[in-house]
Amino acid sequence: MELLAFGKTGWGDELFYATLMTIAVSITAMLVGFFFALIFTPLKLSKNKALNLVGNFYTTVIRGVPELLVIYLFFFGGSGAIMYVASIFGYYEYIEINAFVTGSMAIGIISGAYSTEVFRGAIQSIDKGQFEAAKVLGINKFGKFYKIILPQMLRLAIPNLSNVWQITLKDTSLISVTGLVEIMRQSYIAAGSTRDPLFFYSFAAVLYLLLTYVSMKLINKLEVRYSRGY
Amino acid sequence: MDFDLMITSFPKLLGATVVTLKLLSASLFFGLFLGLFFAILRLNKNIFINKFAYGYSYIFRGTPLLVQIFIIYFGLGQIEYLRTTFLWVILKEPYWCAIIAFTLNTGAYTSEILRSAFQTIKPGIIEAGKSLGISNKIIFYKIQIPIAIRQSLPAYGNEIILMMKGTSLASTVTLMDLTGVAKYIISTTFKPIEVFIVAGGIYLFMTFIIHNVIKYLEKKYSFQQ
Repeated sequence: MELLAFGKTGWGDELFYATLMTIAVSITAMLVGFFFALIFTPLKLSKNKALNLVGNFYTTVIRGVPELLVIYLFFFGGSGAIMYVASIFGYYEYIEINAFVTGSMAIGIISGAYSTEVFRGAIQSIDKGQFEAAKVLGINKFGKFYKIILPQMLRLAIPNLSNVWQITLKDTSLISVTGLVEIMRQSYIAAGSTRDPLFFYSFAAVLYLLLTYVSMKLINKLEVRYSRGY
Repeated sequence: MDFDLMITSFPKLLGATVVTLKLLSASLFFGLFLGLFFAILRLNKNIFINKFAYGYSYIFRGTPLLVQIFIIYFGLGQIEYLRTTFLWVILKEPYWCAIIAFTLNTGAYTSEILRSAFQTIKPGIIEAGKSLGISNKIIFYKIQIPIAIRQSLPAYGNEIILMMKGTSLASTVTLMDLTGVAKYIISTTFKPIEVFIVAGGIYLFMTFIIHNVIKYLEKKYSFQQ
């Protein structure tokens, strides 16, 4: 137990901050994912074939390629890409992107592909009559989307989004390869310095279980809230 | 774009794909049996057996695969007793550790898929078997299992693709699978985009094949007219 003590003698405080880091990366990645979903869902639902292709390309490629490979692409290619863009604007110094940004971008893009699929499915399962009724009532496009489609879509999407959240949360463990000190990385450091990998990795597993358990409970509450009308 | 690098790295990556496919097929093979076993336990009315099977699937689905591999590869070697048993022959090899971790992981997901498939079988079908005087054992093996397998094909297809992506984690325990070799080439040439296109292309091709095989099987074994 002294291994988990807070302060200089134990790893308790380090692991606590690492857990906060995991939560922070997961939430950021999820939000980045929503941003991508917001762009790509309309593309996937669009009647224009070219736009459709772009949307399908995104979700197919990201969901068909291992997360670790995407992370390596961002880790090794991220600063190169930024420096290339900066060089267009006449800035030639070395730019290093922080591991938090690379990590949450990489996981965010992956999570976005799953969110896109969830939103697409949810919108498609809304009764057609709802769209038509909105049109007949003369509600403008903006109002139709925000006041009629979105609330119904959220109810349908929340159970599946909770799966996306679980996937995202677990995927953040892969960012440890880039050196960001989250649960996995901190356990790796602790295991290396105490020569007790069994304890620390098992403890990491418990932390992840705790996170998934608590988030499930919270999401269930949201689910109840959004299905009030039913 | 460095096309030369893409061409020269292709055979190396293709060679590494063999490792990926070996890991995938071994873990799917063992995982299917493990999943079936735990799915049957889940259907058991004994609350302890039931809870045990639920606990297994909950733990393996609630933690990242990376943690599971690390516990098995780095953690188990720490137990002195294990080092003296024959198990050590297996556990000191990263290859077998990866397969054990993948098997346990896919087994948990497969057990959930099969359990829900068993539960959606219409009671009428089992009753029909009973009224024809077929024994419970035969009903289970000849009626319930084939229907459950058909029912779970779409979900299981997704699981195969997820597992294929999961095998990339073998590279974290020093195995040179497709992702491992890709990472090695990236870190020696600093050309991530080119390597990503080739390695990602190989993964996408495998996804495409798996997707179509499952689609074909679904069609072949569909019993709805």
